[in-house]
Amino acid sequence: MATSDVVVEMQHIVKKFGDFKANDDINLEVRKGEVHALLGENGAGKSTLMNVLTGLLEPTEGEIRINGEPTVIDSPDKADSLGIGMVHQHFMLIDKFSVAENIMLGNEEHKMGIIDADTTAKGILELSERYGLKVDPYAKVENISVGQQQRAEILKALYGGADILILDEPTAVLTPQEIDELMKIIRALADEGKAIILITHKLDEIKQAADRCTVIRRGKGIGTVDVASTSQQELADMMVGRSVSFSVDKEPAQPKEVILSVDHLVVQDARGLNAVNDLSFEVRQGEILGVAGVDGNGQSELIQAISGLRNVEEGSIKINGKDVTNRTPRKITEAGLSHIPEDRQKFGLILDMTLEENLALQSYYHKPLSENNILKYDAFEENATRLIEEYDVRTQSQKDPARSLSGGNQQKLIIAREVDRDPDLLIAAQPTRGLDVGAIEFIHKRLIEQRDHNKAVLLMSFELDEIMDVSDRIAVMYEGKIVDIVDADKTSETELGLLMAGVSREEIERQKRENKLEEVGNNG
Amino acid sequence: MVEVKTDSLLKKLSVPLLAVLFGFLVGALVMLVFGYNPINAYSHMILGVFSNPYSIGEALTQATLLVFTGLAFDIANKAGFFNIGLSGQYLIGWLSTIVFALQFPDFPRGVLVPLSLIVGAIAGALYAGIAGVLRAYFGTSEVIVTIMLNHTILQISNYLTNFVIGTGSRTEKVSENASLTLGWLTEITNYSRLNIGFFIAIVTLVIYWFFMKYTTAGFEIKAVGLNPDASRYAGMSDKKNIILSMLISGGLAGLGGAINGLGTFGNLFVLGALPNEGFNGIAVALLGLGNPIGIMLSAFLFGVLNTGASFMNSRAGVPDEMAVIVTASIVFFVGAYYLVEWLFEKFGYKRAQGPHSAEIEGGKE
Repeated sequence: MATSDVVVEMQHIVKKFGDFKANDDINLEVRKGEVHALLGENGAGKSTLMNVLTGLLEPTEGEIRINGEPTVIDSPDKADSLGIGMVHQHFMLIDKFSVAENIMLGNEEHKMGIIDADTTAKGILELSERYGLKVDPYAKVENISVGQQQRAEILKALYGGADILILDEPTAVLTPQEIDELMKIIRALADEGKAIILITHKLDEIKQAADRCTVIRRGKGIGTVDVASTSQQELADMMVGRSVSFSVDKEPAQPKEVILSVDHLVVQDARGLNAVNDLSFEVRQGEILGVAGVDGNGQSELIQAISGLRNVEEGSIKINGKDVTNRTPRKITEAGLSHIPEDRQKFGLILDMTLEENLALQSYYHKPLSENNILKYDAFEENATRLIEEYDVRTQSQKDPARSLSGGNQQKLIIAREVDRDPDLLIAAQPTRGLDVGAIEFIHKRLIEQRDHNKAVLLMSFELDEIMDVSDRIAVMYEGKIVDIVDADKTSETELGLLMAGVSREEIERQKRENKLEEVGNNG
Repeated sequence: MVEVKTDSLLKKLSVPLLAVLFGFLVGALVMLVFGYNPINAYSHMILGVFSNPYSIGEALTQATLLVFTGLAFDIANKAGFFNIGLSGQYLIGWLSTIVFALQFPDFPRGVLVPLSLIVGAIAGALYAGIAGVLRAYFGTSEVIVTIMLNHTILQISNYLTNFVIGTGSRTEKVSENASLTLGWLTEITNYSRLNIGFFIAIVTLVIYWFFMKYTTAGFEIKAVGLNPDASRYAGMSDKKNIILSMLISGGLAGLGGAINGLGTFGNLFVLGALPNEGFNGIAVALLGLGNPIGIMLSAFLFGVLNTGASFMNSRAGVPDEMAVIVTASIVFFVGAYYLVEWLFEKFGYKRAQGPHSAEIEGGKE
C-alpha cells in the first residue's frame, strides 16, 4: 500500500505523568480505508494514546503526522479541524434533546442566529442512509435504544466532518445483533475511505472487523500485526505477555439444596414502573445461574432487590430458607449473601478510603476486625496483606486510596472482600465489565471455584460469551420477566439473542422446525 | 463539601498556612488603602495578646468555645452534611444550661456543673436532631432547616430572657455552685475568664480523635460521608448515621454554648444577632482540615485574632472591623482552597501524578 494512504502516524509517542510512563515509545500508523484495532489490557495506555491524538493530552515526546504533515494537536478543537472524531464509551448525548439537536450541538446550522433544524435533519438523513446508520433525527435521545444512541454519536462525529474515527469500546453496551450491525457499519465506513481506530479488548471483534491491529502492553508498543494472518490466541498472548487460557475449564454442575428462591417478585425502578414483574426462580448449591438480557430489562433492579438495596413491592426472596424480603442489606448479608455489585465505584468501593479500609467494609463491625466497637487496625492490616496477596491486587501500598487502583484491580479488591467471607450465595453483577482477558480469566476461575465449593452463584452479565462460558443454567430476562431458563450446554448464541430480544420460545421452536435457525442445538 | 486530597504533609499544611498568610496580606492591603500602617497594627495585635497573661487567658477562652463549634462542624461535614445551625445549637445549649443552673442553685457544685453542662449538650443535640431526622426520613435539606432553626431559637431565647426567666433584658447570674471558675487558673491569667471549659475542650478533642479513628461508629460516619451508596451496600444504615452525626454535632455545639454560659458570662442576655462562635466554628474546622490537632491550632489562631483585635484599636488606632476583615479574608482563602492550589501549580509546584495515572487510564469506565 502506498504511503500516501497513511492518514495517521504517531511516532515514538511518550507520555509521562511524573515519573510514570503511561505511553512509552508507541508507534501507530493508520491508513485510509482500514479498520485499525488498538488492543491492550486495562491500564495499558490505549486511552492515553487516544487522548494524545484527540488533543486532550500533550505528548512528552514523539511526533504526530496527519496526512503526512507533522502536526501539533494541542486542543480538541484542533483535532476536530483535522477531521479526527471520537465516539466515547459513555455517550456524550443530552437526553432531553432530539438526535438532530445533539448532532448539531457545537456545529449549529443557523440563519442569522436562528437555528435551522431542518437543514441539519436533512444532512443527518443523508449521512445515515449512506452508511446504514438508521436513526430517527427527530426522536429524543431518552426514548431511543442504546444501539441507536451509539449511531447518533457516530453520526455526530461524521457530521462534524470526521475522516478519522476513533471508537472506544463500542460494543460494551450492545446486544449480539446490534454488535453485528455495528460491525457492518464500521466496514461500510472504512470502505467509503474513512480511517477507523477501534479500541477494544475483545478479540473476536478484532477478527471480525479489523484489518490490522496494534498491541500495547504496559505502555509499550508491542507491534502491529495483520489480523487475517494472526490467531486470537496469538493476539491475546501479545496483549497479556504470557499464554492465556480462553476456555473456561469446569466439570458439570452438581446442584444440591436450594439456596436462593425468588417467588413472584415485583420491583419498581426509579420512575415507579415495574422493572421486575412477577418473576420466580431458584439457585442451588453447586451451580451457577446466569442472568442474560439486554441492559435495562430489570436485571439491575432484580439484583438490588435481592441484596436489599431496592424495595420489593410484591413477592418474596428467601436465602437458605430464611425470608429476607425487604430486610436491610446487613441482615441479608448475614443470611449468607456476598454481592459483587454492578457499579463498582458507586456501590463496591469507597474510593477515598484505603485498600485496608475497603477490604474491611463488610466485616469491620465484628471480630477480628473490631472488638467491643473498637477497630483493630493491626487486624485491618493483616486482613489486607493476606487478601492482596491471595487475589493478586496490584498496588504500591495497601494504605493507598482505592482510587489509585486501575479498574481491574479495583474489581479484584471487591472480589477478594466478597469471596473471602465464604458466603452461601454469591451474586456477581457484571463482574468483568471493562476488564481485560487476564483479569477476566482470573475472575471466571474464582466464580467456578465458588461453585465447586458448593456455593450458589448468580451471575448477571450483558456479555453473552461470559454467560455461556461460566453459567450452568441461563435465565433470560426481557422486560422484567424471565422469558426462559435454558441449560448452558444446550443453547446457542442465536437462541439466546432471540430470547433477549423478546422472541418467544414458541416462535423460536416454530422457526427451528422450519429450519430457519441452523445453529440452534449446537453449542455456539 | 470540602474535599481535602493531598499528596504529602507539606502540601497538606501549606494550604491552611497560605490561607492565613493571604488573609493577613489582604487585611494589610485594606489597612494601607485606608491609611493605616499594617505592620504596626499587626505587631500590636500579636504582641498585645502575648505580652500579658490576661489576654492569653481571654484568647484561650475564645479558643475553647471554637474548639467545640469546630468539632461540631467537622463531624457533620465528615458525614456529608453542612451544619450551618451551629449558632442556634450553641445558643440553645447556653439557654438551657442557664435555665437549669438557675432552677437548682443549691445543688452541690460537683453535681450542678456536670448536670448543667449535660443539659446544654442534650438541648443542642436534640435541636440539631430535628434537622437530622427531617433529612433522614424526608430528605429535607439540613442547610435550610438549620438556618431556620437558628432564627427560631434566637427569637425564643430573647423572648424568654426578656419576659420569662430574666428581667431587664438579662437573667440573674448563676450561683457559685454552677461556676466553672478555677481559682489558680484565674490567678495565673490575671483574672481572665479562662475556666474549666478549657480542660473539657482538651479532653473532648482527645475523645473526638479516638472516636473518629478507632470506633466502628466513627468509621461508619466517615464511610457514609465519603460514599453513601457504598455504605448502604456494606450494611450501614444511612438514617442512623445521619441522625447520629447530627446529634453529636449539635451536642458539641450545645456543650460549647453551655460552657460559654456558665464559664464566660454566668448568665444569658438578649442578643442582637446569632452568636459568632457558631459561624467561626465552620472556618475553624475547615482551616483545621478536619483534623483534631488542626482544629485546636486554628481555634487558637481565631482566639488570638478576636482578642488581639482590641489592641489594634487601642494601641494602633485601627478599628475593630479591620480584625474582622482579616478573619473574613482567612475564611475566604480557606474556602478558596482550589484557588490556592491553582496558585501552587502556577508557581512551579508540580503535582506528583504517578500513582494517579490509573485514573486517567481507567477513567473511561
